[in-house]
Amino acid sequence: MAKSGLDAEARQGLTLMAPPFLYALVILAAPLLTILTYSFLKDGYLEVIREFTLDNYLQVWADPIVRKIMLRSLFVSALVTLVTVALAFPIAYYVSFMVRPERKSMWLFLITIPFWTSYLIRVFLWKVILGYNGVINSTLTGLGIIDEPLTFILYNVNSIVLTLAHAYAPFAILPIFVSLEKIDRSLLEAGRDLGESRAMTFWRVTLPLAMPGVIAATLIVFIPTIGDYVTPELIGGGKIPMIANLIQVQMLALDNRPLGSALAVTAMLIVAVVSLIFLFLNRRFLKVRQ
Amino acid sequence: MTETRHDVLDAARPMIECQDVQKYYGDYHALRGINLTIREGEFFSLLGPSGCGKTTLLRTIAGFEDISSGAVLIDGNRMEEVPANKRPTNMVFQSYAIFPHLTVAQNVAFGLRRDPRGKDEKARLVDEALAMVGLKGYGARAAHALSGGQRQRVALARALILKPKVLLLDEPLSALDRKMREQMQVELIKLQRQVGITFVLVTHDQEEALVMSDRIAVMFEGEIAQLDGPEALYARPVNRRVADFIGVMNFLPARILSENGEGAKVEIAGLGEVDLPARQISRANADDEVVIVGFRPETMTLIGPGQPHTQPRETGATIDEVVYYGDMTYYDLRLDGSARLDGGARTVRISMRNLFGRDVQDVGTRTRLAWSPGSLVLFR
Repeated sequence: MAKSGLDAEARQGLTLMAPPFLYALVILAAPLLTILTYSFLKDGYLEVIREFTLDNYLQVWADPIVRKIMLRSLFVSALVTLVTVALAFPIAYYVSFMVRPERKSMWLFLITIPFWTSYLIRVFLWKVILGYNGVINSTLTGLGIIDEPLTFILYNVNSIVLTLAHAYAPFAILPIFVSLEKIDRSLLEAGRDLGESRAMTFWRVTLPLAMPGVIAATLIVFIPTIGDYVTPELIGGGKIPMIANLIQVQMLALDNRPLGSALAVTAMLIVAVVSLIFLFLNRRFLKVRQ
Repeated sequence: MTETRHDVLDAARPMIECQDVQKYYGDYHALRGINLTIREGEFFSLLGPSGCGKTTLLRTIAGFEDISSGAVLIDGNRMEEVPANKRPTNMVFQSYAIFPHLTVAQNVAFGLRRDPRGKDEKARLVDEALAMVGLKGYGARAAHALSGGQRQRVALARALILKPKVLLLDEPLSALDRKMREQMQVELIKLQRQVGITFVLVTHDQEEALVMSDRIAVMFEGEIAQLDGPEALYARPVNRRVADFIGVMNFLPARILSENGEGAKVEIAGLGEVDLPARQISRANADDEVVIVGFRPETMTLIGPGQPHTQPRETGATIDEVVYYGDMTYYDLRLDGSARLDGGARTVRISMRNLFGRDVQDVGTRTRLAWSPGSLVLFR
């Protein structure tokens, strides 16, 4: 009886989720499969030859330029993640622990304000701020602090990290905030009661209990930034390409879709492996949560 | 001759002293001049309804709340400048506050980090503490997999392992079911006798306070209304409010006919004229203008027709309601002439043990109530 009841429930569930499932299949799975298929086909200069080959992958994995750009992408997104999470934690902590309960939703609302502007415009505005005749340079020149505009503040890795960290800050603040909110405040009093200072209580109680949020924030920032295309193009001035820019060049400019696809699949695999390591960490920390 | 617990406590030095402790939250006056002394080795309870300031008082002793004025001393030392983590107190929190990311053993060992003893020695201490609270062999378990009663025990072990001078318990039993609560009450008493540490318990459950405490401070609205041993509190409450809060008490309107230094002659609705000695008269009734007489349900006896009794007085009554509890029966009685003083008819509640051979009487039965003036308390 119970079993057939469950089956009926399962049938109903499947029926209900069928439309979005089909949609996801068409929008997500089909393009993925197309890319995967392309990556095993031969490039015939102007057309794609329908013959199975592993050459694209061999070329991608052997190419020192690809390796360099992939490593740079990993490095930049790791740096962005580090900066974003490290800056997001104090903000989340402040909102969760210091802000009065009735003001918290206002603070969260304020944190999401950057989303009101398009991502592209935000990135472009950083260019305006950091540029040769940008806000910073004109201000500093106007104040007589510098004679010539600074050139090292735009078109380099630092400026990419700065821009991306700003763009992804809310994504990092929110999960950390949620995990901090879930901490029973009497646990912190218990830590103090058992002889620990505020700092040690933070280290032994607050931080371990906030780790699931920190790991979620890390994933949420890391995965999209590694594939970011706009920021390296605009803020990096096209001189510091990341993996997405390389894929774009192969796919469109050089019209080598099989090679571009192989690059994309490779990048996806690397991101997947890194994410799985994070998920494993996440589960380890989650296992001990209530 | 052996010393009784009372003798030992009477000779004990003060462990906690509160001197005119005031606490304001903004305009709200949470503690209004608390003066009390808790003695070393005592099981002391702060009892009162929610919002009476009992938890605030406990938290000022623990160091989680600053006091607005006055002084708190623990073992003779002023505590104003001493933060919570440096005070010789440990607390069992209402929610138990068991660290969910640690095992049972790690929870119990939490406060031992700065202890200079070696790892093996600490592990032995943890095992001992767990054995003391009946959780032997639970050390490796994840804390979040424990039941409410087990969490409670972990919280106790975690606090007691540090050998504090004072253990503070903030409504530790309120989250447990009735059976478990009664069992834990007995265990806590035994544990307190065994370790000899001063226990300060906050509770809103008067029965719990009576069962466990050497002395009880009853608090209302930030003030201590009465501080006494359980028997004194139950038998001689200082005012109607305390009497009402501790157990069940019947109240009948009364009128003072004459009064001198040794006592008073009063007329009580339904009970007639009675001489009451001074010790049965409570004058702390400032806020309550009406003169009233109270008595506990178990101090009077229902007697069948023609049945003899040894009580000096008896009154006719009619049974209005019967509530049967198995071991006890509660009778609500309408006393003859109870409306005489102010015209309001009222019932009183009498409890009778269901002893062998004693029948439960039916609603509507005419009966007699046998009583003694010694069980009455006059509030004026």
